[in-house]
Amino acid sequence: MVGAATHSTGATRARGVRLEVRWLTHRFTLKREPLTVLDDVNVSAAPGAFVALVGPSGCGKSTLLRILAGLERPTQGDVSVDGRRIDGPHPDRALVFQDPTLYPWRTVWRNVALGPEARGQRVAKDDPRVRTVLERVGLAAFAHAYPSQLSGGMAQRVALARVLVNEPSLLLLDEPLGQLDALTRLTMQRELLRLWEAGGFTALLVTHDVDEALSLADRVLVLSPRPGRVVGEVTVDAPRPRHHDDPQLRALRKEILTLLGFDWD
Amino acid sequence: MRQESTPASFPPAESRQIARPRLWPGRVARGKIRTRASFVLAAAITGWVMAAAITLGLPDRFPWYSTVQVGFATGCMGVLILLAALAGLAWPTLGGRLRHAGPWLLVLGMQAVAWQVTTAKLALLPLPYFPPPQAIVDAYTDDWSLLLESLVYSLRLLALGYAIGAAAGFLSGLAMGWSRAVNYWLHPVLRVIGPVPATAWIPIVFVIFPTSFTAGIFLIALATWFPVAILTWSGVMGVGRNYYDVARTLGATDRFLIWRVAVPAALPSIFVGLFMGLGASFVTLLVAEMLGVKAGLGWYIQWVQGWAEYPKLYAALLIMIVLFSGLITLLFRVRNRVLAWQKGLIRW
Repeated sequence: MVGAATHSTGATRARGVRLEVRWLTHRFTLKREPLTVLDDVNVSAAPGAFVALVGPSGCGKSTLLRILAGLERPTQGDVSVDGRRIDGPHPDRALVFQDPTLYPWRTVWRNVALGPEARGQRVAKDDPRVRTVLERVGLAAFAHAYPSQLSGGMAQRVALARVLVNEPSLLLLDEPLGQLDALTRLTMQRELLRLWEAGGFTALLVTHDVDEALSLADRVLVLSPRPGRVVGEVTVDAPRPRHHDDPQLRALRKEILTLLGFDWD
Repeated sequence: MRQESTPASFPPAESRQIARPRLWPGRVARGKIRTRASFVLAAAITGWVMAAAITLGLPDRFPWYSTVQVGFATGCMGVLILLAALAGLAWPTLGGRLRHAGPWLLVLGMQAVAWQVTTAKLALLPLPYFPPPQAIVDAYTDDWSLLLESLVYSLRLLALGYAIGAAAGFLSGLAMGWSRAVNYWLHPVLRVIGPVPATAWIPIVFVIFPTSFTAGIFLIALATWFPVAILTWSGVMGVGRNYYDVARTLGATDRFLIWRVAVPAALPSIFVGLFMGLGASFVTLLVAEMLGVKAGLGWYIQWVQGWAEYPKLYAALLIMIVLFSGLITLLFRVRNRVLAWQKGLIRW
């Protein structure tokens, strides 16, 4: 099964990958003291799944995403996509940060063009890849604006466009909506779902907003405080778009908050 | 008329609500600005015409050749302002600019009068240290070929020295910011040698180098190198990790990270270095030319001072003022163009 999947990523159209994290342990050295941030974490995601990770601040969620993006090597354990071990960054695996981190010296268009350019490809002034993806996030009209001229929500949509232009098979989202106001946040959640449904990629969302996890993901994994370890999992099979007042979601929210250690008395 | 009683520097209540802070006097009614500006321009024209009349009408205390030409040029200035003011009535952009320049035109006109009176006409200031404008014009007509030659020599030395120094500073700063090994070896050198003025090496450098020209290039390059290297280095060190992470997850190579991420992100700081380096290169150019390179504007100043030909000294100074401030302005123009993205202050 794993062996068969290795051939599939070369396809022209983006397709979700199978994500496998086995017995992952990660330690930092802080003031010469080893600090365990992730402890025997096991996560798996089927191709095209939308998985959310919730957990308290500092539980190692972002570190897990950085490892999956290939920006850091795990101390112990296996991380693989479609059976292949992750040993460095790859444009098929996209990471969206909490901060949009657009390059202020590039226009919106050229920020999006960064994806193909970083891989050494030439990007024409009217490249259809850039145009299409800007249209998909609804920012075609702002192609020539500079990041300092954008609102927070718009900047984050550019950040999404910048990774989507590579047609990734795995989208890692590190609290991408964390800095947005409540209304923009809801709009962006809907937009994210739309992009996921259209793109077919596997999505892994890190958040500390339980409602956000429940309205987006198929499965929600709950992490413990540091050192982070998976303490529970919740499957959400309600059809999308989901409503926060859905009684099933309310029950799941209560379950997750209990797993996170919230005291109901 | 009612507002006359409020001092102009005190902003009226409604203008204080404007968020944009202003350091100069608050708003005054538009009509009043125009009347005031017309008075200022009329006074400026009078000043220039008066300067022309004094230059042409009163005898010089000493025979200078260019008195008539200077008087004519001064008068032309008055006529030009008058014509521009008339044209400004029809062409608001020009009118606005002229209103803005009015106080300066007035002060310069008054200065032209004072200069003529205190030097050529009454000799209140001692000669030859304070020559009248006609003496400086004489210096140009007398010595233009040597001045031109000196300018070319200075420019050539400056251009070569600055270009080499800026390139070396940029590359070493970049390498120090990027590579730990380079930083280990270069940082102490920069810390120790950098703060010493390049001119301190003059006695040694002029002995070691085969020609005074190459020695001059080395000194100017050294002076430019230090600020450019330090500020390129600190600019590269200041680039956030996230900028690199973004590019790396998109599949960027090291080369891309250096030239497309580190360098553009460090550019604001690099330009500060280039600006400081340019200033340092001017100082070094002059001192090197005065002390060793037997050519250029620095040498010229030294030479004519030896003969007490002060008008020629002022003539060379004037060229230098135009050259140096022009080069600084040019650098700022380039910077504003390259860093246009920094000015994005509009928000939706």
